[in-house]
Amino acid sequence: MNGAGRHRRNFHSNASLWWENLLTRMGNKQTTFTEGQFESYQDCTFFTRKEILRLHGRYRELAPHLVPLDYTNDPDIKLPLALIITMPELKENPFRDRIVETFSEDGRGNLTFSDFVDMFSALSETSPRELKTVYAFKIYDFNRDNFICKEDLEKTLNKLTKGELTPEEVALVCDKAVEEADLDGDNKLSFADFENMISKAPDFLSNFHIRI
Amino acid sequence: MSLTLFNAWHCGCRAHCLPNRSDRWSRHIKVYDSADWFWPVIAFSLIWISYENVTVMSYYTDSSFDQLRVNLFSNRSDREAQDFIEKFEGALGKGKGKKLYAYKVMMTKKLIKFRRDFENFKTACIPWERKIKEVESYFGSSVASYFIFLRWMYGLNLILFGLMFGLVVLPEVLMGLPYGSIPRKTVPRTEQDTAMDFSVLMDFGGYLKYSILFYGYYNDERTIGLLKFRLPLAYLLVGVGIFGYSLMVVIRTMARNSNEGGDGGDEGDFTFSWKMFTSWDYLIGNSETADNKFASITTSFKESIVDEQENQKDENIHLRRFLRVLANFLILCSLAGSGYLIYYVVKRSQEFAKKDEEDLSWFEKNEVEFVMSLLGLVCPPLFETIAELEDYHPRIALKWQLGRIFALFLGNLYTFLFALFDEVNDKLESEKAIKNTTIWTLNEYYANYSSFYNTTDIPPPNIHPADAIRGPCWETAVGIEFVKLIVSDIQVTYLTILIGDFVRAFIVRFLNYCWCWDLEAGFPSYGEFDISGNVLGLIFNQGMIWMGAFYAPGLVGLNVLRLLTSMYYQCWAVMSCNVPHERVFKASRSNNFYMGLLLLVLFLSMLPVVYSIMTLSPSFDCGPFSGRDKMYDVVIETIEKDLPAFIGNIFTYATNPGLIIPAVLLMSKCKARDEEKNRRNNKDSTNQVMKDLEDLLPNKSLIPPPTEEDEKRTKSPKMKPGTAANGKAVNLQKDVSLAAQNPRGAVTRAPGPRGGAPGNGRGPAPGPGRGRGRGGPPPR
Repeated sequence: MNGAGRHRRNFHSNASLWWENLLTRMGNKQTTFTEGQFESYQDCTFFTRKEILRLHGRYRELAPHLVPLDYTNDPDIKLPLALIITMPELKENPFRDRIVETFSEDGRGNLTFSDFVDMFSALSETSPRELKTVYAFKIYDFNRDNFICKEDLEKTLNKLTKGELTPEEVALVCDKAVEEADLDGDNKLSFADFENMISKAPDFLSNFHIRI
Repeated sequence: MSLTLFNAWHCGCRAHCLPNRSDRWSRHIKVYDSADWFWPVIAFSLIWISYENVTVMSYYTDSSFDQLRVNLFSNRSDREAQDFIEKFEGALGKGKGKKLYAYKVMMTKKLIKFRRDFENFKTACIPWERKIKEVESYFGSSVASYFIFLRWMYGLNLILFGLMFGLVVLPEVLMGLPYGSIPRKTVPRTEQDTAMDFSVLMDFGGYLKYSILFYGYYNDERTIGLLKFRLPLAYLLVGVGIFGYSLMVVIRTMARNSNEGGDGGDEGDFTFSWKMFTSWDYLIGNSETADNKFASITTSFKESIVDEQENQKDENIHLRRFLRVLANFLILCSLAGSGYLIYYVVKRSQEFAKKDEEDLSWFEKNEVEFVMSLLGLVCPPLFETIAELEDYHPRIALKWQLGRIFALFLGNLYTFLFALFDEVNDKLESEKAIKNTTIWTLNEYYANYSSFYNTTDIPPPNIHPADAIRGPCWETAVGIEFVKLIVSDIQVTYLTILIGDFVRAFIVRFLNYCWCWDLEAGFPSYGEFDISGNVLGLIFNQGMIWMGAFYAPGLVGLNVLRLLTSMYYQCWAVMSCNVPHERVFKASRSNNFYMGLLLLVLFLSMLPVVYSIMTLSPSFDCGPFSGRDKMYDVVIETIEKDLPAFIGNIFTYATNPGLIIPAVLLMSKCKARDEEKNRRNNKDSTNQVMKDLEDLLPNKSLIPPPTEEDEKRTKSPKMKPGTAANGKAVNLQKDVSLAAQNPRGAVTRAPGPRGGAPGNGRGPAPGPGRGRGRGGPPPR
């Protein structure tokens, strides 16, 4: 099926990478990260050592000639948005641009490896609800003014329905959403409103989750 | 009296001298030797050690540690923070001069590192992660949640199997008597020539009946082997312990799941908001699934809009109520009908059992299992059809449907059990007759012998174990019935998947070229994975295992194998034969719905076992409790003989109801208070060392204001929103949360050429929904 074909293509293109990695690992100890780096990654994210190495592999395969195998001296490499959103985990997501922008330092979607790890850690299964709520709010806040206003809602809805709803329907849905969740009456959703609404949602945690 | 018999055979085979009467009775005199103390002491120390470990370890699963970690790194960069801590700890050691304190800090760090490595190792051990991820990216989180549940069940069964195998089966095999040495372990002479026949083995007769699989094999010797392992006691305790352990695990999982929230809130509180912010499944990685998801979200929005606009319309309430009452009445009738059918069939099978084996056709021999499986296949769609009279909202209709299916299975199972226990009573009656005959024969033999040889030292009658008169062993019979039922259930499940999914997909794919209408878009099309049907099947299967494990110790092992093969088989089937859902409806608001169902099934399956332990008397010549009046006599015997006298007194006082009830209430209150404290009060550390570490931080703000937050090292100052990370949330195992269940969708029409049809025969498939929208999709 589709998935199998895709995996096969990826495997062939990454065969050399994989071989390189294997030889490095077989030859001497792991030289991708120092122990200190491992410790700090494990402290700050929800990943295990093996997963961090795997993430590095994934990061590297996006741009093998840009990203070095050896990260011990902390190279300052950033991958652009356009590359990151080609990952299979993100490519079908309607909010992929916003997700990558949220986790980038410059706000434009250029991710360093730490940002990359951070992104997947925050969206992983073991990430707590509060953390996910914070990031969800940031993702859905398109204009980054710390409020989800009507325009943000309209954009969200259009991304979700791919423009299949009429403008009247869109307006109705946005009005209803604000009416339901807005507690302080300012016609837009602040973080507190958003959090209150999300905390009662039964499938927020299971849906807002990316497995890598 | 069975002791006499047992000794007779035992010694006859081993060509020992019969221990004379005084030796035999001396076993009942209390003898304090080291071996007697061995087991209780070991058990107690193990319990104490594990309790200590659990409490110590729980400090480090506290969110306080996470809070500490976040506070450490939230205000400064990673490296700065680490340097700061190093410096501080050094100062601590030097400044206070307390070497012991520094030592404690070092041990804590080592322990943390050890725990982390252990967690890494544990994560690496979790099986099937890649497989589940593949299913997830194709089908979304709901279908994958079924496989996660299956994996969790597999783990639970593995542990139960370990308990049963290690504490009951293995000692009997290693230290007990071998096959063929005593009557209960030997195939009787009359059955020996058919004992290896395939058809007999398929019915679990022949050699299988007299093997470790069933209750009847186990010997009732009080202690066996060098280590004086008390097998009957172990058997009883493991049988009860299985329920206890399962209960503990299920409740713990429910508690963890409920921490994720979602329990509050009314049905219509945040419809649109939730649809907007939580409907997209971030796990989707396949473009076809994504298209389906977009379509279903759009349809869902349109439906809600229509619902919203139609809310004011008036309905004809009386007609609707009448129809609902009628529907419920019809369903009750069919439930009663199915219960009666099962009872009738079981009674008939008892009559068949009396007839000769060769006269019966295969159908007559397996009638009970066949009928039960058939009912399980036919009734759910029937309920669905009747439920169309009721005109409920699809989600409510789904709940009713699941409830009815639950009632059906439960009713069937309990009717089956009642019929079975009737049979047991019959067997007990006939057993009395046989027992009397055996005793009379033996007495006659002794009388003749002593009168003939004029001695009091009588060797045991030299009868081969295969020829001895055997009572009907009702426990083994019950065990055999359960095993047959479960095996037929498994067969039906696998066959349904093969035919309902695979053959159907095959036909749709390959016959499509030469068929009049488009098979893929039209009638059969590819099936969707029936989540709730499968989950219910798994839960009921587990219930039957729990019920049958006491009578057939090998059943748990069988189930482990079944779950293992199920995992691979169903993963393959779902990836190659099913398409993603077009609509999603959740059966419940919280993730605990199926866990709650499992808990209910656990309680209901505990009842028959407890009943039989308490009230029915065990067979006189088979099983580990043979010869006793009641099964729990073993415990009383142990207390009287093995433990010192004062413990017996303590038990007598402790089992006073007036003491037990307040103790239970107190324990539950403590537990509730603890949990609440844990949930609300996560910031406080209970470990003194950790508390000190926190106190040493200069910027100790345990509740920073809720603003943006960043987890990794960052140059800009950001703070984590302080609302307590749930103590348990960080350590959620990957296999614990049973994510939202998405059973068969109610509406199968989606905008565009797609048109799925409900077709999967098993389990609940709520009929094509009408919604409430008049302008909605046409009913199918």
